[in-house]
Amino acid sequence: MLEIKNLHARIAEDETEILRGVNLTVNAGEVHAIMGPNGSGKSTLSYILAGKDDYEVTEGEVLFNGENMLEMEPDERAAAGMFLAFQYPIEIPGVATMEFLKTAMNAQRKARGEDTLSIPDFMKRVKEAASHLNVSMDMLKRPLNVGFSGGEKKRAEILQMSLLEPKLCVLDETDSGLDIDALRIVSEGVNKLRGPDRAMVVITHYQRLLDHIVPDVVHVLSKGRIVKTGDKDLALELEKNGYADYIDTAA
Amino acid sequence: MNASVPIKHTQAESDLLDRFDSAKGALAGSVAVAALREAALGQIRDRGLPHRRVEEYKYSDLRAFLKSAAPLAAAADAATAKALLEGQDSYGDLDRFRIVVANGTFLADLSNTDALASEGVTLTALNDALAGEGGAQLLASPKTGLSDGVVALNTAFVQGGVVITVKAGAEVSKPVELVQVATSTGAQVTRNKITLGEGAKLRLLETFAGDTGEGELNTVLDCELGDKAALATTRLVIGAADAPRLFTTIATLGAETEFKSLGFIAGPRFTRNQQFVNFTGENSEAKIYGVTMAGGEALADQTLIVDHAVPHCNSREFFKTVLDGRARGVYQGRINVAPHAQKTDGEMMTQALLLSEDAEMANKPELEIFADDVLCAHGATSGQIDEDLLFYLRARGIPEDEAKTLLVLAFLSEAIEEYGEDDVTEGLEARVRDWLAGH
Repeated sequence: MLEIKNLHARIAEDETEILRGVNLTVNAGEVHAIMGPNGSGKSTLSYILAGKDDYEVTEGEVLFNGENMLEMEPDERAAAGMFLAFQYPIEIPGVATMEFLKTAMNAQRKARGEDTLSIPDFMKRVKEAASHLNVSMDMLKRPLNVGFSGGEKKRAEILQMSLLEPKLCVLDETDSGLDIDALRIVSEGVNKLRGPDRAMVVITHYQRLLDHIVPDVVHVLSKGRIVKTGDKDLALELEKNGYADYIDTAA
Repeated sequence: MNASVPIKHTQAESDLLDRFDSAKGALAGSVAVAALREAALGQIRDRGLPHRRVEEYKYSDLRAFLKSAAPLAAAADAATAKALLEGQDSYGDLDRFRIVVANGTFLADLSNTDALASEGVTLTALNDALAGEGGAQLLASPKTGLSDGVVALNTAFVQGGVVITVKAGAEVSKPVELVQVATSTGAQVTRNKITLGEGAKLRLLETFAGDTGEGELNTVLDCELGDKAALATTRLVIGAADAPRLFTTIATLGAETEFKSLGFIAGPRFTRNQQFVNFTGENSEAKIYGVTMAGGEALADQTLIVDHAVPHCNSREFFKTVLDGRARGVYQGRINVAPHAQKTDGEMMTQALLLSEDAEMANKPELEIFADDVLCAHGATSGQIDEDLLFYLRARGIPEDEAKTLLVLAFLSEAIEEYGEDDVTEGLEARVRDWLAGH
């Protein structure tokens, strides 16, 4: 589903190199975790996948279901099935959450040549997804993410993910700022979406999230490269020993 | 004797002087009214049209803009007016009363005259009132804009309009749309007077239909609120007219009144929307909003003076502007607080969103405070669309243009929503979308 080959990238503004040759293949049905210390390039990788133009790819390629993803606009990527759950979901004053959800769902359907949703169908989908994630109608009436707590913002991201039904979900530190209960609700929401046709990339600092969302493969990213790949036990080892070994290896 | 050196008239000024000579015989009014017209024209003759060296017109040089002045529009044609009204659907199927003024003539047959009468609203043609005793008072200039050039032009040439009187205690059940129709090309100069008796309530929607061609539109809305009266007035200015669109609101507020106004501008080449709000009774509140969109080479100017002449009154001003192309936006807002007007609470905010590199916004909020126990604040911002917001929307599959529409609408809607006239919100937001799609 996702093939990243020898990806090099830098910050467009000051040309600081962040990614130095990332190779990663994620197949449908798999959940991959990417762990690594601060500044290793985890968030940069997620932004490049979503299409943020603050970064410049200098080498390598990214294929999404065989297509060159780097040539697609952010909205085209989304319509093709790419979803990034933001580490810091953005507050958008004046745009009601419901209105936003409807616009996004219908824009993607339109881009794929599908009919737009009828209002009752849309409402039914939202209500059902919202109830699983403990998202209240009151939250949905408010402007998007405005005045939401950290936990509410993350739940709203997963709500969007459930409704948009992406093929590839990239979760950027979805566990940050969550208490134990919120972590459980969010993880359950994510696990519900696991399936043979969907791939997930879960970016996190801590092993804790991986107790709830159990990965098939764990990668360690350090200084812009994947320096170690293993199974879920690798996460446990990291939790015990920290990243020191890998930082040294990479240096 | 006037010792000042006569100015060299521009083509437009010469046209206006000629226009007055040929039209004055037909212009309505008593002897006193005729004298007022002469005096107002004298101001134009002596000082010319307002220009950039007049402080209030520094950013909106009407003299430089107006290359020539068309004759006044001919008498109204009711059949054309009727056809134009049918094509006028700014507020869709909103349930409302209508008052129609075409080329300055109040058309009672096309207005809901009887229904309004049963709600306590009397309608009189302005020209009838100008001919009667006290006619001259109908052309009184705003205290804070005594020498205003646009008002002077209006006084000199006013062709007609309607006098709307709402009797004490009447709460008009539906919004009243005052439609001004141009049934032929030529300048349209109108003046409408609204008087609300004690405790009366009215929601007014000012709209405009038809094309004046090369002629300017100059209209004054003069509102007088008796004690405890409430007026919400929405002025909707849309369309791509090339000739100047000049609007003035005068509000004289009694005690314990509530006055709200929204000036919505989207499209014309040169628009000036000016408001003079005067508190004359205590414990009143004025809330003044502006929603402005300009693209291409357009200029859109929202100017207001709020005069706190008495204590214990609140005013709130909230203006939003979106500019594209090489458009220029102007906001000039002044709050005056007289020495004894203690406990005044004034809060003014103007915000602009620039969609292009070449657009330009002049924000000029001013406070002139002579009392010592007041709360007054003002703020001004100008910025571009936030790239992070745009990226977030696009990452959810919303194409760039649609995402920008959402963000611009969200920006402008803050003022529309705070204005809080729910039955016009939908119509106004649709007009924002029209502008975004078509400018």
